[in-house]
Amino acid sequence: MKKNRTSFTWRKVTESRLFFPLLALVIILLADLILIPGFFKFQIRGDNLYGSLIDIFRNGSTVALLAIGMTLVIATGGIDLSVGAVMAIAASVAALLMNPYVLGKELSPQLQALIRDPNFTWQPLWVVLLITLLVAILCGLWNGILVAYVRIQPMVATLILMIAGRGIAQLITNGVRIQIFYEPYAFIGQGWIILPFCLYLVAIIYALTWLFTRKTAVGMFIESVGINARSSFFSGISERKIKLLVYTFCGFCAGIAGLVASANIKTSDANNIGWSLELDAILAVVIGGTSMAGGRFSLLASIIGAMVMQAVTTSMYAIGVPAFALLAIKGVFVILVVMLYSKQVRGLFQKLAVDRKET
Amino acid sequence: MSEADHDLLVMTAICKTFPGVQALENVDFSLKRNEIHCLIGENGAGKSTLIKVLTGVDRQDSGTITLDGKEIHVRSPQHAQELGISTVYQEINLCMNLSIAENILLGREPHNKIGGIDLRKMNNEAAEVLTRLLGINIDVTQRLDTYTVAIQQMVAIARALDIASARILILDEPTSSLDAIETQQLFKVMRKLRDDGVGIIFITHFISQVFEISDRITVLRNGKLVGTFDTSSISRIELITKMIGRTLVEFDEMTKAKLTSGKQIESEPILKAEGLGRTNAISPFDLDLYRGEVVGLAGLLGSGRTEIASLLFGSDKPDTGSIMMNNKPVDDYSPLGSIKRGVALCPEDRKAAGILDDLTIRENIILAMQASKGWFKFLSLQEQYEVADKYIEMLNIVTPSPDQPVKNLSGGNQQKVILARWLATNPQVLILDEPTRGIDVGAKAEIQKLVLALANEGKACVFISSELEEVLRVSHRIDVLREREKVAEFKGDVDESTIMNAIAGSES
Repeated sequence: MKKNRTSFTWRKVTESRLFFPLLALVIILLADLILIPGFFKFQIRGDNLYGSLIDIFRNGSTVALLAIGMTLVIATGGIDLSVGAVMAIAASVAALLMNPYVLGKELSPQLQALIRDPNFTWQPLWVVLLITLLVAILCGLWNGILVAYVRIQPMVATLILMIAGRGIAQLITNGVRIQIFYEPYAFIGQGWIILPFCLYLVAIIYALTWLFTRKTAVGMFIESVGINARSSFFSGISERKIKLLVYTFCGFCAGIAGLVASANIKTSDANNIGWSLELDAILAVVIGGTSMAGGRFSLLASIIGAMVMQAVTTSMYAIGVPAFALLAIKGVFVILVVMLYSKQVRGLFQKLAVDRKET
Repeated sequence: MSEADHDLLVMTAICKTFPGVQALENVDFSLKRNEIHCLIGENGAGKSTLIKVLTGVDRQDSGTITLDGKEIHVRSPQHAQELGISTVYQEINLCMNLSIAENILLGREPHNKIGGIDLRKMNNEAAEVLTRLLGINIDVTQRLDTYTVAIQQMVAIARALDIASARILILDEPTSSLDAIETQQLFKVMRKLRDDGVGIIFITHFISQVFEISDRITVLRNGKLVGTFDTSSISRIELITKMIGRTLVEFDEMTKAKLTSGKQIESEPILKAEGLGRTNAISPFDLDLYRGEVVGLAGLLGSGRTEIASLLFGSDKPDTGSIMMNNKPVDDYSPLGSIKRGVALCPEDRKAAGILDDLTIRENIILAMQASKGWFKFLSLQEQYEVADKYIEMLNIVTPSPDQPVKNLSGGNQQKVILARWLATNPQVLILDEPTRGIDVGAKAEIQKLVLALANEGKACVFISSELEEVLRVSHRIDVLREREKVAEFKGDVDESTIMNAIAGSES
């Protein structure tokens, strides 16, 4: 039998990187369909679409953004624990730029009145976004320098910012939670154009990242450094530059996730924004099938992985699992996913695929 | 009297097969008390497998092992140790951040009344062990990493001997990272142990050390026993001949190709290395490479062949000397710089430094070419397939598709993929470090032919191989290395024995 590059076979489907994350998502949604009446109902209010399914995607968008950056970091064989803290830093910077009242202890009544105006901002939106993202990029650059040039193990290097980051975020706002009243900013997290705005944001960042990694040689170099740094070195690939790039980019993604998260709750909450999301992002990448040892990666699979995580959370809430039990359930879920990815189960699927073809 | 009647250790008709390879075929080996016995052979000869069988890492398929006249079945490395067989590996398996005493007594520390470690007793015991067993006297309370590699090696030996009163000590290339003085220190300890009744199996690639220290020598080649010899009754040349062996394949066309290409050599070297050297790697050497010429580097493993290749390619930076490429001095000693200059190195270790096993054949082939173009001038998919298909056809790489992960290929085909990666960069200077290691005879001949064809096209080639015959076959000029030094250069027709003399360093 000669192998054909283009033909559709079950074997090819089960070998595809997207197969298992999609399968997991479908199983969870099917369970929802059976367990939760009205789960797939959509409502149209005005021009916009609402519903549980859309909530899943909307709430999963921050983790999806983090997962895009995290995928590239993990593909080089590294890890970035600081993304949650970088989100908090970004939120604090953005809030401070829009609403600088922590800078002066005694606000004049006029300024106070201005700030209560939902359209007040100290800086125009583009300046806020630009400076915030620059700060996030600097955070990523810091991680990148520690990993690539100072040669600290990624887990330790990014742990520094993970711990220090929340403190820095608190310092920026002087320990105060800054309210955000500026409506255009809130639109990033709460706006809808038929679908939630943050979904478009995920789509745009995904598309740009895909173009940047797959339409240039960068994606291949990232994978080759992750598979074997020494072979890559002999082939003339600079491991350091690649690592610097992915950590910096991961910081950028965390910055955008921080914008979405703070816009969504209209406040800079340095204690809670991005709390433990680094772990969700790592999990999303793992569910997406990128090996923690580095190598081949799929951005889309990681985004699906993020949605799987969110679908589990939302479904559990919907069937009435209390919030404190959720983490335990997530743990069980992770065990299931890891089992699904094991050689034995994969072999079983491939065997099924072969049987199917033969009959 | 009875002790002297039988050998300490006898291994008889040991066979071991790994999937696809007969690693050991009816190998006999014996070790006496009061003996230093060298085990030598090129890579893949079966030395490590024999040691693994003896130390319980692997189990033999057939054959028997007797220790002190009693048959033993070694179940595990721990079991081997209980039987009195201790091993010290090339890589030191100790904790650098602990003191010498802690290292020697790790896991067996003396305790005081309240259950803590009795430090004074431990230090005394460790010092006593070192003096009694090895006759050396050092401060055992210092951290291990404050001492030289030789001392670390000796601490490893002391620990190995002390755990179970060892009767057999296996030293697996202990001298490869030692300098001459440190080696002498180690030899002194080895002689003392031998005189104390320990049987020592010594594995090394340094022929001069074999003659200096050993009482008997066992040579393995391709998993078979070549023979066991008394050191005093064999010459260096004989020994090296036995190690390297001969394969009886004729390559008439290759010799012809070699003759025609010999005419094209220009007067100006394309690459000129002057006084190039790196401490602890290779003594300063001069080397000129000309278009159309294959320069062979001959010498035993560890003689500095790979180090020369690394310096020429820039994967290691030189401490001294300089390289001129096309009459221009080289300032960027890095792989990327070399690739851009037109220098390519096909590295020695295919798995560790060559293939990227999860990438496809196509990606593996275009990798270095793409690296020289940078991140953004990405070859289109069509160009990638063109390049890949070209070299798959040219090098006769057997694969259903260029989109296969390269790990699915056989060793020989993987090697060709790496060659393709370097040919795709269109190099002017091509350095091949052991390009034929671990691949079958047919693929070997193909690669040798290819090297000559490339030289014919006007490339300068450097060819490194442990197989002397192969070096002789493809090279126009041969540089001989011995113990990290370039010791001789031969042009034109030379016979094997001349080169062997140079490799062995015997007076001629």
